[in-house]
Amino acid sequence: MMILSGDPPRSRVLTLLLVVIILALALTPFLFPGAKALNVAAKICVFAALVASYDLLLGYTGSVSFAHTMFYGIGSYAIAIALYGMGPNWAAVATGIVVGLPLAALLALAIGLFSLRVAAIFFAMITLAVASAFQVLASQLSWLTGGEDGRSFQLPELLRPGTVLISKTLFGFEINGRILTFYLVFAISALMILGLLRVVNSPFGRVLQAIRENRFRAEALGFRTVFHLTYANCLAALVAAGAGILNALWLRYAGPDTSLSFSIMLDILLMVVIGGMSTIYGAIIGATIFILAQSYLQSMMGVASKAAAEAGLPLLPGLLHPDRWLLWLGLLFIASVYFFPTGVVGRLRHGGGDKSAGASH
Amino acid sequence: MTDLAATDPLPKPKRDLAPILLPIALALAMIPLIGSPSTWLTLTAASLAMGMMIFIMASGLTLVFGLMDVLNFGHGAFIAVGAYVATLVLAPFAASIQADSLWINLAVLAPAALLSMAVSGALGLVVERVLILPVYGQHLKQILMTTGGLIVAEQTLYALWGPQIIPMPLPTSLRGSFIIGDVAIAKYRVLATLIGLAVFIAIQLVLNRTKLGLLIRAGVENREMVEALGYRIRRLFLGVFMTGSALAGLGGVMWALYREQVHASMSDELTVLIFVVVIIGGLGSIGGCFIGAILVAMVANYGGFLVPKLALVSNILLMVAILMWRPRGLYAVTSR
Repeated sequence: MMILSGDPPRSRVLTLLLVVIILALALTPFLFPGAKALNVAAKICVFAALVASYDLLLGYTGSVSFAHTMFYGIGSYAIAIALYGMGPNWAAVATGIVVGLPLAALLALAIGLFSLRVAAIFFAMITLAVASAFQVLASQLSWLTGGEDGRSFQLPELLRPGTVLISKTLFGFEINGRILTFYLVFAISALMILGLLRVVNSPFGRVLQAIRENRFRAEALGFRTVFHLTYANCLAALVAAGAGILNALWLRYAGPDTSLSFSIMLDILLMVVIGGMSTIYGAIIGATIFILAQSYLQSMMGVASKAAAEAGLPLLPGLLHPDRWLLWLGLLFIASVYFFPTGVVGRLRHGGGDKSAGASH
Repeated sequence: MTDLAATDPLPKPKRDLAPILLPIALALAMIPLIGSPSTWLTLTAASLAMGMMIFIMASGLTLVFGLMDVLNFGHGAFIAVGAYVATLVLAPFAASIQADSLWINLAVLAPAALLSMAVSGALGLVVERVLILPVYGQHLKQILMTTGGLIVAEQTLYALWGPQIIPMPLPTSLRGSFIIGDVAIAKYRVLATLIGLAVFIAIQLVLNRTKLGLLIRAGVENREMVEALGYRIRRLFLGVFMTGSALAGLGGVMWALYREQVHASMSDELTVLIFVVVIIGGLGSIGGCFIGAILVAMVANYGGFLVPKLALVSNILLMVAILMWRPRGLYAVTSR
């Protein structure tokens, strides 16, 4: 209970689901051989942490930020540029972390302080504008970021796939650098999510929820809402940058499409809402559902689209085309805001009762 | 109140001129920086045309927020839908577009624009009923719902028209420029400026000279009071929402002609621009939106000419500067 900060899943089905997901992720290298399964598992880990950090903002403070991928991108690019520029060694990894994390926190602080000066309602719009400017900047400063191509880099010796740590003859499985990287990603993501769980269940987290429910009342109770909101922003940015670092380490690449684009922001939004806002656990569920759908549903849609085209149906092939899967997710998103605003987790916890979350501010 | 006779005119509200002077001052300040007066004139004309188009797209959004406190993140969808619908008319009549007669060209363009407005307006009706009505009064859900709507609209456009960029050539008679001395002003920009001004004047007339406008303005300032007086503000809001969507569609057609291409992702690019304009102008203010649009366009054009690298972040810098000066935008109309 200590490790969950006294906030267990509070639902038998949810507990079971989480245990299955976490076990499956932890044992992916042994259960599901092949590069694709490992990639999907790593992506789920990274996004679970990223989405959990976004949940801290959206679910617990009730503020919609569209700049979350920016922090994710800062983490990715920091590590990528460091490893690209300094060569594959641990000093470069350390440099990337030491530069990336504070940069993300500082930028979050700046946005927080600026948007607090103006009407609170502007927050979502301002973050959107800043994020899009940052995106353009990253693609234009090609001497630093590699422009649209991004930066590919080599990992330090220990983390490379070629490095065999435990040979196949010992257990029947080969433990190589790639699998070590996967466990690094898994462990750090898990730590970050547990850390966030600690944050939201601390007195600080309670104040955030109070601010979400009624900012004026929270202020009247003597809480410095400005401080709390900015602090939450910085924390979320730090975790997002951390997830970005993991993402870049796993992909050995950072570019606009994998770490900055607006579609990632939408993905995060979908994952939070589908999983369940202000639960943290929702992040794990949401990320798993979404990424599994993204990775495997698309190919199924391709089959369906072909079948529809062969049957000569109008319109349907276009609507079922694999590239259009976001259409169905968008519909799912609207439906989930509409019918179960507390997401999968809220549904499992309250059996359909619509409590808390999604309150206006 | 006794010292006011019934026949006395009501005391006029104090006019706030500083925001109006801002774009003029900015334009004048640029003359020495740019150097050549003809370049300056061309750039200024370009800014006006671009500003008008942005204004047309943004005006609906600002009123929708002002009147009903609704944050619509899917406004960009109406723009893209408007542009795509226009291609439906313009593509079959490509020959008339190529004809070198202003009247023939306009005879195709006008129905295209009207159809776009009708379709986006109708879409506005659906969006308001389906997406916004259920989450009325809850900002967080409004943002989520309308963002979802934007995704669905964009993907549907991709599904119906395919992901490729559709070319949308300017009519022959609107190509080229008016050359006065050594100043070249593109013909289409003149047309865009005229349409923009017409829309602005029409909105101002409706808002300031009709009972409907009076109700809208009253609703922006204090919704509950208007409701208490027995007006169905929801119906009023629906009308404003549909008009705003139709205007966004018109703006989409104009923007597509300006860029001579249509793409579903145009809504993303423009959404950011429109938000900046609406924030600068002050949510709910048509005048502020108008000035904001011109300012954004000026900064983009002058900035793009003087310091091309700066153009990437110029909008943000402008927004920061304006909000430092007036934290609620140029004109703060709502009490929220």
